[in-house]
Amino acid sequence: MLRFSKWKIIAVLALTLSAIFVVVPSLVSPASLQAISKALPEWAQPRTIVLGLDLQGGSYVMLEVDKASVLHTQVTNLRDDVRRILREEKIAITGGIGAQARGVQLRVPDAADRAKAMPKLRQLAQGFGAARMGGAPPLEVREGEDGLIQIVVTEVGVTDKVRRAVDQSIEVIRRRVDALGTREPSIQRQGDDRIIVQVPGLQDPEQLKTILGQTAKLEFRLVAEPGASPSETEELEQTEQQGKIGIEKQVMVQGEDLTDAQPGFDQRNGEPVVNFRFNIRGAQKFGDVTSKNVGRLFAIVLDNKVISAPRILTPITGGSGQISGHFTVEQANNLSILLRAGALPAKLDIVEERTVGPGLGQDSIDAGKRAAYVGAGLVVVYMLITYGVFGIFANLALFVHIAFIFAGLVLTGSTLTLPGIAGIVLTIGMAVDSNVLIYERIREEQHGGRSILASLDAGFNRAFATIVDSNVTMFVAAAILYFLGSGPVRGFAVSLALGILTTIVTAVTMTRMMIAAWYHFARPTRLPI
Amino acid sequence: MKLLRLAPENTKFPFMRFRRVSYPFSAVLSIASVLLFILHGMNFGIDFAGGTVIEVRAKSGHAEMATLRKTVETLALGDVEVQAFGNEADATLRFGLQDGGDAAQQAAVEKVRSAVGGDYDLRRVEVVGPRVSGELVQSGTLGVVLSIVAVLTYLWFRFEWQFAIGAVIATMHDLLLTVGFFSITQLEFNTTSIAAILTIVGYSLNETVVVLDRIREMMRKYKKMPTDQMIDLSINAVLPRTIMTATTVFLALLSLAIFGGHVIRSFSLAMIWGIFVATYSSVFICSPMLIYLGLRSDENDKAPEPAPSKPAKAARAKPKAA
Repeated sequence: MLRFSKWKIIAVLALTLSAIFVVVPSLVSPASLQAISKALPEWAQPRTIVLGLDLQGGSYVMLEVDKASVLHTQVTNLRDDVRRILREEKIAITGGIGAQARGVQLRVPDAADRAKAMPKLRQLAQGFGAARMGGAPPLEVREGEDGLIQIVVTEVGVTDKVRRAVDQSIEVIRRRVDALGTREPSIQRQGDDRIIVQVPGLQDPEQLKTILGQTAKLEFRLVAEPGASPSETEELEQTEQQGKIGIEKQVMVQGEDLTDAQPGFDQRNGEPVVNFRFNIRGAQKFGDVTSKNVGRLFAIVLDNKVISAPRILTPITGGSGQISGHFTVEQANNLSILLRAGALPAKLDIVEERTVGPGLGQDSIDAGKRAAYVGAGLVVVYMLITYGVFGIFANLALFVHIAFIFAGLVLTGSTLTLPGIAGIVLTIGMAVDSNVLIYERIREEQHGGRSILASLDAGFNRAFATIVDSNVTMFVAAAILYFLGSGPVRGFAVSLALGILTTIVTAVTMTRMMIAAWYHFARPTRLPI
Repeated sequence: MKLLRLAPENTKFPFMRFRRVSYPFSAVLSIASVLLFILHGMNFGIDFAGGTVIEVRAKSGHAEMATLRKTVETLALGDVEVQAFGNEADATLRFGLQDGGDAAQQAAVEKVRSAVGGDYDLRRVEVVGPRVSGELVQSGTLGVVLSIVAVLTYLWFRFEWQFAIGAVIATMHDLLLTVGFFSITQLEFNTTSIAAILTIVGYSLNETVVVLDRIREMMRKYKKMPTDQMIDLSINAVLPRTIMTATTVFLALLSLAIFGGHVIRSFSLAMIWGIFVATYSSVFICSPMLIYLGLRSDENDKAPEPAPSKPAKAARAKPKAA
């Protein structure tokens, strides 16, 4: 029990020192940390503990792709495709192409026509959303009685589309969030249809929501003239004025063709505006439309709402233009961010939001620190008055134990949350449990009449099995908490699991070494326990 | 120096004799907890019920609860709970799911912001939609069930099967009583509370394993001793440790409850309750279960003891009913 190889002692000491070394940068003030990191080479840059959003303030937003809108777009596209095929093949139908919840249906009375149409329609299923290798097809073409043909988007087809929408959205969202200029935002996919956006230390969470919640589909369309065919126009809401306005359905130029958008001010009235620039294709189209329609109103439509509808005074051929709509500076800024980042492929709903202001985060850190200091202080004093000199060893081990937990948090890049601090305070109690088990066992063995050395030995050995059993059960609970929990609960699980792992090293090995050293030094005739 | 001892030396407390009291007592408490849960329910936070919580701090340094309440009531957000907490500048606004889906939730926050934003800072905004909250309930429940199953399996391998069953029954008992605690105190039940419950499960198992470990050791040492005496001996042997550990963890949690801030207060209070229940159940529920489950029944055949097998059969169905 009392013999330790030199290497073991050195290993434990080295481990302890490096743990302290790793933790120190997290304890010094940000200003001096910056000074230190300037003096150090790249590889030795100090790392600090990552604080959770609940501690440093920030926003957590969970977005979900709106399945209904994805399906709607899918059905609309399908209808257009079918119409095109029918036109190309000159196939007559009775009634129109009816849109259903999950697809379209049409009636082709002539058998010869049907024979001509079916292969083309089936081909559509292959081309529709790039058929995946194997698996179920995204579209199903069914033939019914009286020449009825139904084309249905399958569950696979929808899921596929939703998944792809998530992928594209992540890219768009990243560009948008980056434009806010915050540090270290995290954007992740969650499951099939969700995206989690976490932005730490955000000053204005409202702005984040504003730029996440918009699809930002920009279209330039002509305002309908009196007497236009109702099937080719639609009534759209106006953002500035009350009421709706008739707009032609045909989209002249789209936001896709933008290469740049910047906020600016109108030279005439000083109002905030957004200046944009088209690529070659967009510039050409924009030039064509404006030169053919001088004198007409040209609507700028964002997410199916008319921002403004200025009159085309002269053809605009330079490929750049201006959107004005009585914006505030912030609105103009947001709109330009949205236009630069591009449109989202589908509507995204905010299904969960957690925002913590920076002030509250600081309060929580202070509260957590206070609780940790007081808790640790109480436990330390309690151990001292219960176990005397052995209590000192336990307390030293406890100190290293806490250093290990923090070092573990730094090295694994785990996030420290408020519940995480609770987890640490709790492991302080649990870590002490291992020492208590050992000490009580030593006492017991001494009472049972064993010699000092035999008591120490039996104490450590017998207690060890119990420590392993009890810690493994705790660890199992922590692991499950980690895999099933989210956010703060995860943080709690990480702290707890780290604490349990390090207990074995500190409470068992370190205490044992200290007691061995003390024994050689003091040569006691009776254990003071 | 005289060292402090909370537990008296060499106790010979006949714990097992109390099983005739502790079982009915625990059965009553467990049933009461279930009834409370069904009839009284829990104070589910927005994590589980869906809805919005907004924490505000008055810019003037003093939150006018009455005016705040009146302002918010005009917004037509359904029932809005306005509560003061902490110092006099802080208040929370809490309201349920809005009709009209996720967009309506966001619109509601916007309404509150424009109504009170002039006088108050919005320090925390949490919005949880109906589907998300449903999923949180699911994963929370799954977590509790899975951890119990995993631990049961571990104990089954490491110990005799009676130990595993005893430990799980004790854990379920602690779980039920914690649910009862949440119901009766109406502390907010949220995802952090799930963490508290799982930690209580962990602590309860930790306690149980320490006691069971000693019982197993004593079982091998004293082959002839009647089971109840042997268990008493084991529990008395680990009693100083049990008291010591419960006290240290209690001290740590107490400082969390007092100084840790309001966010983790319900977590700490539930955990404090959990330590008491877990310590009690490891001694008075799990250990006697071993007698009922007929631990060492083969040895008992060789050394006859006061009716060991009869209660074993009679009690086998009992824990499930309790």
